[in-house]
Amino acid sequence: MYATQYHKALSLNDARSQLAACDDAKLLAGGMTLIPTLKQRLAQTDLLIDLADTGLGLIEDKGSHLKIGAMCRHHDVETSELVAKMIPVLSSLAGGIGDRQVRNCGTLGGSIANNDPSACYPAALMALGATIHTSERDIAAEDFFVGMFETDLDEQEIVTAVSFPKPDKAAYVKFPNPASRYAMVGVCVAVMDGDVRVAITGAGQDGVFRHGDMEAALADQFSAAAIETIAIDEEMLLSDIHAGADYRAHLVREMTRRAINAC
Amino acid sequence: MTQLSMTVNGQPVSHDVEDNMLLVTYLRETLALTGTHIGCDTSQCGACVIHINGASAKSCTVLAVQAEGKDITTIEGIASGDKLHPMQQAFHEQHGLQCGYCTPGMVMSAIELVETNPTLSEQDIREGLEGNICRCTGYHNIVKAVQTGAQDMRKA
Ligand SMILES: Cc1cc2nc3c(=O)[nH]c(=O)nc-3n(C[C@H](O)[C@H](O)[C@H](O)COP(=O)(O)OP(=O)(O)OC[C@H]3O[C@@H](n4cnc5c(N)ncnc54)[C@H](O)[C@@H]3O)c2cc1C
Ligand code: FES
Ligand code: FES
Repeated sequence: MYATQYHKALSLNDARSQLAACDDAKLLAGGMTLIPTLKQRLAQTDLLIDLADTGLGLIEDKGSHLKIGAMCRHHDVETSELVAKMIPVLSSLAGGIGDRQVRNCGTLGGSIANNDPSACYPAALMALGATIHTSERDIAAEDFFVGMFETDLDEQEIVTAVSFPKPDKAAYVKFPNPASRYAMVGVCVAVMDGDVRVAITGAGQDGVFRHGDMEAALADQFSAAAIETIAIDEEMLLSDIHAGADYRAHLVREMTRRAINAC
Repeated sequence: MTQLSMTVNGQPVSHDVEDNMLLVTYLRETLALTGTHIGCDTSQCGACVIHINGASAKSCTVLAVQAEGKDITTIEGIASGDKLHPMQQAFHEQHGLQCGYCTPGMVMSAIELVETNPTLSEQDIREGLEGNICRCTGYHNIVKAVQTGAQDMRKA
């Protein structure tokens, strides 16, 4: 790792002013992506601003939605009784991320700010129509996830929490990469006020996306049979050492089928 | 440089460290606790698992300075004198290791698993050890060792 300085922020305001004062600072959340990247010298930074003590770890019942702080670890979400009661799909999604040690450290805020094309949370944020709260503004999930490893966040902006509307029903199913457990393809299907939403992660060249044709078919008839003949465009899918675009297209349909059946 | 203090295996320790030093490097090189291993640089193998305030973590993916004020337990800190921890004893008895490279991490992960779920099924153990890779044993005896260790930890 290249030399760097470390600052443990004591509040959100402290983190903001540190970020503003340094040209090349990075926020440190769970470190599960950032530290391996720094270690391998794929990234370099003058200052690491640790968000661990900034009080962003609350999970709150807001009636029609659930608000989860950016620094909530995956393990916190997996084991929260409130999450299990209000939006159980988030408990199972968080409980399926990586392995136990990754879940003990990795955070919601870090995961979405990183926007890895194979990350799990982006599918749930898109399917549930979540709102991302930052130090500056509120952003709809649709506008937040811009492309592979790319979000709408400004350099000086800090994710503080995410609000998830409560669905009528929802399920997330992924085909995990056998080594890393990241989603080779992951699909979140949600029924929200009668509307059906299908969000797909792990597959798209531009990261997470919604599948309008499958949504329309499911709005007509909510069953696995309804998506049997819907076209899945391989041109826009990832192809890499883990899976070709054709295999990913197959997994998209299969994971969607399983998610519908799990709803 | 940052002045760093924490508790390691019950002992208070304090050193000036570079901000970019990994916790695993601090344990192995500064404290000479070489039982915690490094098996990869992608945070996937689990050879480096320790406990931070009782929760298992990959010490290769934590900066030493992040552990300021924390209570750290490594594989060296779990036996009582000459008496092995029940989980260590179970790995020994059930032949849960061959080369032993992955073992410290396996044992540390297994202890947390049992502490947080006293009624582990075989499936729970296999899933709970997803973050620990073994290239020798084929996992079979590791699962047996964790089952035995879980029983003995309940008795202890
Ligand atoms: C072995 C392994 C397996 C994994 N498997 C999965 C998986 O199956 N599914 C999955 O979804 N993920 C997986 N992950 C990723 C993991 O879930 C982490 O959550 C993710 O790496 C990033 O979260 P973090 O809290 O560790 O963030 P960090 O690594 O600390 O930060 C990541 C990036 O986000 C920025 N950032 C962090 N917090 C904020 C904030 N509040 N505001 C703005 N920017 C911020 C940082 O500056 C950095 O650029 C895996 C990781 C590993 C190492
Ligand atoms: S050394 Fe492989 S996970 Fe830490
Ligand atoms: S015993 Fe050799 S890697 Fe597990």
